[in-house]
Formats: sequence, structure tokens, C-alpha cells
Amino acid sequence: MHRILRKEDLTPSVHLLEIEAPAIARKAKAGQFVMVRLDEAGERIPLTLADWAPQAGSITLVFLEVGRETNMLAKLCAGDYLTDVAGPLGQPTHIEKFGTVVCVGGGVGVAAIAPIARSMNEAGNRVVSIMGARSSNLLFWEDRLKSVSHEFIVITDDGSHGRHGVVTQPLKEVLERAPGPDRVIAIGPAVMMKFCALTARPFSVKTIVSLNPIMVDGTGMCGSCRVSVAGQTRFACLDGPDFDAQDVDWDLLLNRLRTYADKEKQALEMWRRQCASAPAREGESSGHAQG
Amino acid sequence: MPRVDTHREPMPKLEPSARRETFEEVAVGYEQATAEHEASRCILCPRQPCVGGCPVGVDIPQFVKALREKDMPAAVRILKSKNSLPGICGRVCPQESQCERQCVIGKLGAPIAIGRLERYVADWEMAHGPVAAAAPTSSQPSGKRVAVVGSGPAGLTASADLAKSGHQVTIFESLHTPGGVLAYGIPEFRLPQRIVKTEVEYVCSLGVEMRLNWVVGKTITIDEILSDGYQAVFLGTGAGLPQFLNLPGENYGGIYSSNEFLTRINLMKAYLFPSYRTPINIGQVVAVIGGGNVAMDSARCALRSGAREVYLVYRRSRTEMPAREEEIENALEEGVIFKLLTNPRKFLGNDQGQVTGMECVEMELGEPDQSGRRRPVVKPGSEFVMKVDTVVVAVGTTPHPLVPSTTPGLTVSAHGTIAADEGSGQTTRPAVWAGGDATTGSATVISAMGAGRRAAAAIDHYLRKGTGG
Repeated sequence: MHRILRKEDLTPSVHLLEIEAPAIARKAKAGQFVMVRLDEAGERIPLTLADWAPQAGSITLVFLEVGRETNMLAKLCAGDYLTDVAGPLGQPTHIEKFGTVVCVGGGVGVAAIAPIARSMNEAGNRVVSIMGARSSNLLFWEDRLKSVSHEFIVITDDGSHGRHGVVTQPLKEVLERAPGPDRVIAIGPAVMMKFCALTARPFSVKTIVSLNPIMVDGTGMCGSCRVSVAGQTRFACLDGPDFDAQDVDWDLLLNRLRTYADKEKQALEMWRRQCASAPAREGESSGHAQG
Repeated sequence: MPRVDTHREPMPKLEPSARRETFEEVAVGYEQATAEHEASRCILCPRQPCVGGCPVGVDIPQFVKALREKDMPAAVRILKSKNSLPGICGRVCPQESQCERQCVIGKLGAPIAIGRLERYVADWEMAHGPVAAAAPTSSQPSGKRVAVVGSGPAGLTASADLAKSGHQVTIFESLHTPGGVLAYGIPEFRLPQRIVKTEVEYVCSLGVEMRLNWVVGKTITIDEILSDGYQAVFLGTGAGLPQFLNLPGENYGGIYSSNEFLTRINLMKAYLFPSYRTPINIGQVVAVIGGGNVAMDSARCALRSGAREVYLVYRRSRTEMPAREEEIENALEEGVIFKLLTNPRKFLGNDQGQVTGMECVEMELGEPDQSGRRRPVVKPGSEFVMKVDTVVVAVGTTPHPLVPSTTPGLTVSAHGTIAADEGSGQTTRPAVWAGGDATTGSATVISAMGAGRRAAAAIDHYLRKGTGG
């Protein structure tokens, strides 16, 4: 059992949980993830490590409410418990002094790119961060990402904050500079990462993405997270989640991400009906009781 | 002397027609009268070859004798002094190729149903409450700590033996439920989870500490364990890495490894979706590829999860199938359709990337290969397409690379198995032993238990002698 030390609503649909997990906090590195199971009936879901504090013995997870599981997770409060947290899993992001590194974070991917930008900065790189979201009310950690970046660009689809447009536009501009950047890391929705890969392709700069396929165990046991990279089947949980963006079969990833779309919709509707008929009392968490 | 009774008591089973609706255990178990009658068939022959056929050396004639004398606590004590997981072994051991194969009655008729009697004794204890051990099981505390990696059959057996020898044991298990393959792999209808839970609790009651969600190689390494006050390590990490066929289209949605399929169903209870929240897609027509016990388990899970037709696609003939005869019979009774001498060539999918079919070829048997089985060869011009909605690839697993890749000094074979002495389980890394599927590749529960026992004896010897403890 892992106690939730702190909960913060970063946006109405993006939440932060700081969780007691000393063994994981000791070993965590930028780019790794944990598997979380909320309660006995819960799914095992992968969540990227957004931060960790070895001294305090805690890890920080940031997630977007998308399906039933993350909606249930969002109901938890400080003092509640997560039944299982395992990690840190996956290969850490390759950090070294490359020169100039562009860190692109889209949507909830900002939480995953932030520790990488920080590590790249600490390794002596010049960090150019590009942060994007659909709208200003979905932006979070702007100051945090800015504080570890030498150059910082924020952009929204609707122009409600920062520049107006999508992340590939400023990415292209940075790539066109002379000298150009030495490495690009892009983390966000699969479609965003796919277009970052396409944008970077003509510039032959190494571009890394962090893939987010469906997982069950997260330790290499099931093969649910298999992706095709340079024509080879790889397990994202074991060999990744970071891969060379130019080698990824994006259509396969997007198709596999849709595998349970119908079931997820059914589950979310059921959960919403349950919430509507039995609303949680104010200030009380309903997560465990609903399990 | 009465004539030898050569007819064994049949195992009562759920009606095949009822099984499609339920994950309840198929084999119901003996009643007291049938168990006692079956036990009475044993002639208590002095050479007791059955004991030699048991990888953990259970004193079979003695527990059978106690059973027929209605001294159940004695039967429990005799059984558990050698086997910490009797309820599990009574259900999933291939007794027909081990103890029962050696039974002298087997030369005249049906051998004594040792496995079923073992199960009866274990179930009796579960129903009547724990039987106190006859003698104190624990030796003097040795003050030594041993880390066991993995809580499958090898790890549980090694842990129980080491704890009984007075060592302080900690199990590091990567999943959220103990049991390894017993928890994620073997389905409820063959091995109910309450049996695994009870026998894991028994091992823990010997003083073994269970740490769940500890992924060794990630959360902690073997080096860190050894520098953290543990004097020895046993690796019972199993063979958990799924193999695929490497055929075109194998990554379409709806194609599962047997590990994923069984984990979703057994460990995560996807058959109870949406109350349990892990989903699984099981279409109208399911094809399971493979001919082992895991393929049978997958096919039978698919039938119980609402598939209309379940095909078992195997490239050799029924004679070469590695699955237990009993499991093949159960699968056939339940309506699994065997497509033998058939091999997939590629998978077909729709524009959503979901599998819709499987291009196959027919095979015929040629000359024997290295395994001694006749090698299947493609029948020219035999290509055909099977329409399927779900595919389960059950063609084996190999040992997981996580521990070897993070443990300097640990030698691994070309097949990924950890190199270890066959007798003691000693690896190439000092203070580290290994056993079970991690060293042999995918095998049986009982052979893993045997390896766990031998390694525990070697570790005990090392700890008592090694540093003057």
C-alpha cells in the first residue's frame, strides 16, 4: 500500500499525486515509469515518473483523466492509498552533453518531459523547451519547465496563451537555425510525436520519443506493449519507452492504442452512471469504496 | 493376501456442458470414501519406486497408509514435511510421468491415483484448519538472511525449506500477487486461486517475508541485495518472456501472447469485466496456436469467456502434443476444435489494424528431428485462410533477461537460461543460486520445486559452513 502524500489539480482534468514509495524514489531516473493498480479490481496502468525525491521517499505522478481508471484515480485525495505501485520500469532516457537539446512536451506529456529537460540541463546542454496544449486551461508546469530551459516557447492550438498553433511549428523554426540542435526529445500524444518525427526527418537530427502503448505487467512478461521499431518488434516496457522517432511504425502504435476503445467507453459510461447515482460526499474520497 | 485391485477411482468432474459457463474447478475432488478406497489399492510395496519418481521425494506410501487408516493429520504432516505446496501439486503435477509412472500396480492396471490422493489430503487440511507440525519445523535461527527472487513454485519451495532450516527469508516478487505462473498462468478452473493463496500463506507462516511489487533488476539489483545484509540469493525467476512466431501481421490488435491472454484473465480477472477493470477482447472465433498445456489453458479460457468457436492450431499431430493427456481430453470434451498438422503463415487484418484471419498451410510429418519427434514439413499447395477474430500465440516462453542483464558475473546460455549446476543450482556468481524454469526453460511446477529444494539444501550447507555460522 502506498500513501498519497499530496494531491494537486494541475488543470481541471490533469492531476498530480505525490506518493510514498521510497524504494522507487531511490532508483528513479528521467524517462522511467511505474505501474499503478488502484485497488483489488483495478487495471495495472503505466504512469510516467514526473518527479521523485529520494530523501523524502516519494514519487510524483501526473495523469490526465481519460478512461475509467484515471477518472477513479482523480477522485483520490491526500491520505488515501494506492494498492500497488511497481517500478521504476523501462530504460532511463539517454542523458549526456549533446550540445543543444530541444524538449517538446504536449498536453500531459509536459510532466514527462520536465525531468528530462532538467537532467539535460544538469548535463550541460543548452535546453530549448517547447510546450503545447489545446488551450490555456490545459497548461501546467510552465514555470517549472521554463526554469530548467535556456529558451522557452509555449503554444496553444487556440492561441489562448503563448503562440497560436501546434508544437511542430516552433520545432521546425528551431531545427532551421544554423547551427541546428543536436537532439530532439518529444513526448505527448502519439499523433503529436508522429508529427514531430515527420517535422524533424529532413534535418537528420536524432529525435527521441517516449511511446505509450497499452501495458499489463510492464515488466516484459506479456507483450501487450509491442511496437515495431526499424522493422523489429520491441517491447516498450523493456526496451523502451524511448525509441528513435524515425524508426517507429506510428500507424501500428495508433491502431494498437485503439484496441479496447469500445470497452473503455463502456466502462467510462458505467462509472459515470455510478457516480451520478451515488455521488461522493463532499471532502470524502470514493475511490476505494467503489472498487 | 487379497487380489490386487487394478481399477482406479475416477475423478468426479463438472459436466462438460456446464463448464462453458463457469471458471469453477473442473475436477471436483474425491469424497472421503473414494479416497480411502483408492488408498486401499496401494500394496505398500517395500521398494516404493513412487518415491523415487517424485522430484521432491514425498514419502508417498506413508501418507497413503495414514489416509486409509483415517489418520488425516498424520497424512498431512507426512505430505507437508516434503512438499510445502501439496494442494497445488495434487492438481497440476504430471503424476502420470512421475510418481504414478513408477507405481508397481501400473504394470497390472491403473496405477494408484497418487496425485488425486495428495490433493484430497491437502484439501482436507484446508477444510479442517491447519494441522500442527509433529516436531518443531524450524531449526535454531541461523542469523543468516536469504533473498529469494520470484514467488513461483521454485521460489516458494526454496523459501519454505530455508525458513525451516532457520534462515531468515525474504521473497522479492515483481507482480502484485504471489505465486508466479501459479497466479498469472494456470487458470482458476484447473487451480483455484484460493488454493495458491492458502499455500503461499503457509510458506509465509514459516517466517518468510513476502515483498510484492519488487522488480529485481529495477527496484533493487542483486548487487544491492547482497550488500544489504543478505548472505545468499536464490533466483526462481521463471520463464516469463513470451515467444512470438515472427510472422507478418503478428502485431495486429486481437493477437495475444498466451502470457498476456492468461494474465488478463487469471491475474486481472478480465472475464469479470467491467466489475474487474482490465478488459480483454474475445471474438466469436478464436485460434490458439500451440500444443502444450498453456495452449490448452488458453483455449479453455477462451471458451469460458464467450467465444463461439475455439480452434487449437498445432503443426504436428496429436501424438506429438506436449500437453498432458488429461488436459487434451478436457479441452476436447469442452468443445475445442483441434486443427492438427496446420501451421499459420501470416495474419490478415482490417483497416483498423485488428486481426481478421490467418493464412495457414497443412503439414505432414517427416523424419524425426533432434527432439525425437517427427518433423512437420509443409504440404505443397495446401494454403488456406481461416477467418478468426482473436488469436492466442502459445508457442512457449523463455527466461526473462532482467535479472541476468543487471547482475555482473551471472552467465546465461544462448537460450537465455541462467547457467547453474544441475545438482546444487549454484550459478557462476558467488552466493547466487538459481533453479526452475529460469535455468531449464519452460518445464513443470514440480521440477521447479525439486530444483528449489536442492538449491535450498546447497544454500543451507553454504551458510552453515561458509562463514562459520
